[in-house]
Amino acid sequence: MFEAVVHGIFLLLGLITVGCVLLITVYLIISGIPAIQKIGLVPFLTGKVWSSTSAEPKYGILPFILTSVYGTAGAIVLGVPIGFLTAVYLSKVAPKKVRTVLEAAVSLLAGIPSVVYGLVGMLVLVPAIRKTFHLPDGASLFAAIIVLAVMILPSIIKVSVTALEAVPHEYEDASLALGATEVETYFRVSVPAAKSGIAAAVVLGVGRAIGEAMAVMMVSGNAPNMPGSIFESVRFLTTAVASEMSYSSGLQRQALFSIALVLYLFILLINAALNFFLKRDKEGN
Amino acid sequence: MLKMQSSARRKAYITAMKLLMGVAAVLTCTLVVGMIGYILGNGIPNITWEMLSTAPSYLANRVGILPDILSTLYIVIATLLIVLPLGVGAAIYLNEYAANKKLVSIIEYASETLSGIPSIIYGLVGMLIFCKNGTSLLAGALTLTIMNLPTIMRTTQESLKTVPQSYREGAFGLGAGKWRTIRTVVLPSCVDGIVTGCILSIGRILGESAALLFTAGSAHMLYNFFEGMHNAGATLTVALYFYAKESSDTGVVFAIAAILMLLTMLINLIADLVGRYFRRKQQ
Repeated sequence: MFEAVVHGIFLLLGLITVGCVLLITVYLIISGIPAIQKIGLVPFLTGKVWSSTSAEPKYGILPFILTSVYGTAGAIVLGVPIGFLTAVYLSKVAPKKVRTVLEAAVSLLAGIPSVVYGLVGMLVLVPAIRKTFHLPDGASLFAAIIVLAVMILPSIIKVSVTALEAVPHEYEDASLALGATEVETYFRVSVPAAKSGIAAAVVLGVGRAIGEAMAVMMVSGNAPNMPGSIFESVRFLTTAVASEMSYSSGLQRQALFSIALVLYLFILLINAALNFFLKRDKEGN
Repeated sequence: MLKMQSSARRKAYITAMKLLMGVAAVLTCTLVVGMIGYILGNGIPNITWEMLSTAPSYLANRVGILPDILSTLYIVIATLLIVLPLGVGAAIYLNEYAANKKLVSIIEYASETLSGIPSIIYGLVGMLIFCKNGTSLLAGALTLTIMNLPTIMRTTQESLKTVPQSYREGAFGLGAGKWRTIRTVVLPSCVDGIVTGCILSIGRILGESAALLFTAGSAHMLYNFFEGMHNAGATLTVALYFYAKESSDTGVVFAIAAILMLLTMLINLIADLVGRYFRRKQQ
């Protein structure tokens, strides 16, 4: 009897993560649907103007969606090559001492709070962009892309290193025995063998970049423009929620929840992709 | 295939790849060193005892950050107190009780989903669920509890997997029931996983801001632990955000950033030492 009760308690604790996911999903759907019903799904998703506080408010979130997509894509284009090459160096080339130092540096990079990234971006990067490109204001999509690229580096490096380490030594030995040099072996044998893991690293980076709020809020300028040039002030899905939440009310507030729902759907898709690659990586080895 | 390529092209490829790897690694290092140097160099001279030991006051025209330090500490303590039993319990269920493979994979998928949800969404949902009576440190701690569940679960589970099956069989053989076996044999052997999970969570809580903005609020008042739990309070990160946005005085901003940086470095160091200690003990 006693054991059955204990078993029951642990079962409940075990199900708690499932409960939390359901709770979050249900709350987001319940609070996100009303505004979409009132505005209409198509005008909401494809409207190009967001002016929630004007006399005739317009709620189109296409600028936010595009900014998030462009920002994430930019961060991936900049961050993945650097992270990937660092990971190959770390896992295959680096001498033990260098490796220890570099690994500590990467975990430190992962641990730095996002507001600190935002602060450095705001005080160093934004003025630098303004001066270099002779702009009236440096707070822009470009600044956000650079900050995001740095912020996703540690995830990309760590997951790629794990994948590269899992490549069986026999593969590399065989390649070396056939006369390929070490560098050729790393890039033509090890990397293709670890490609699912590296893909997972990229997807993880996408998730990190699209979900980041505070750092991009401090460097992107926050104007709800359609992203035209990378030097324009823009607003992301995450920052759209964060920047108006404190003073919003009525339909405007409901619309913010709808934005969160859209963001959540993006994240669920990315998670499914991540899971797919991680599973394939496990089966591959 | 390789033989067909002229050796000059091979050499060029090898040199180019070596160069690119070197550049990437140096760039990563420079970023870390540059950020640490910039923040600490600008921040440490601005940290004063008066700032660390007082509350902000317009009358005295000073910006004290003691309330923010305390809020951070309270949130860390409260979150760990709530998340530890839940996360460890969930890990025990998965590793010791669960027999249904399908259920295990559902739970693990849910946990992975939780760790992928961005903090701004946690903040929003936390506000909807926990802030019916306004923002408070407790609401913040509860929100962070959901966020940190997967971390504690994963590290505990990894360490449960390393507990030899023979320990459990030994305890069963001596007549202990399942619960008694878990309490006296299994749990003590997975302390390392729990401690690692705690350190990771503390690091994550220290750095969290988006999830706390709408749940824990942004007040700078001095409270004790229990008063603080049902009053609003800004943690160091949230305070940094508001000071950076609103005040022209960058001194306090840099000081908080430097404190956060030092804490991050300390947490990483402790995690490293603890990890090494447990690995040595295992051998």
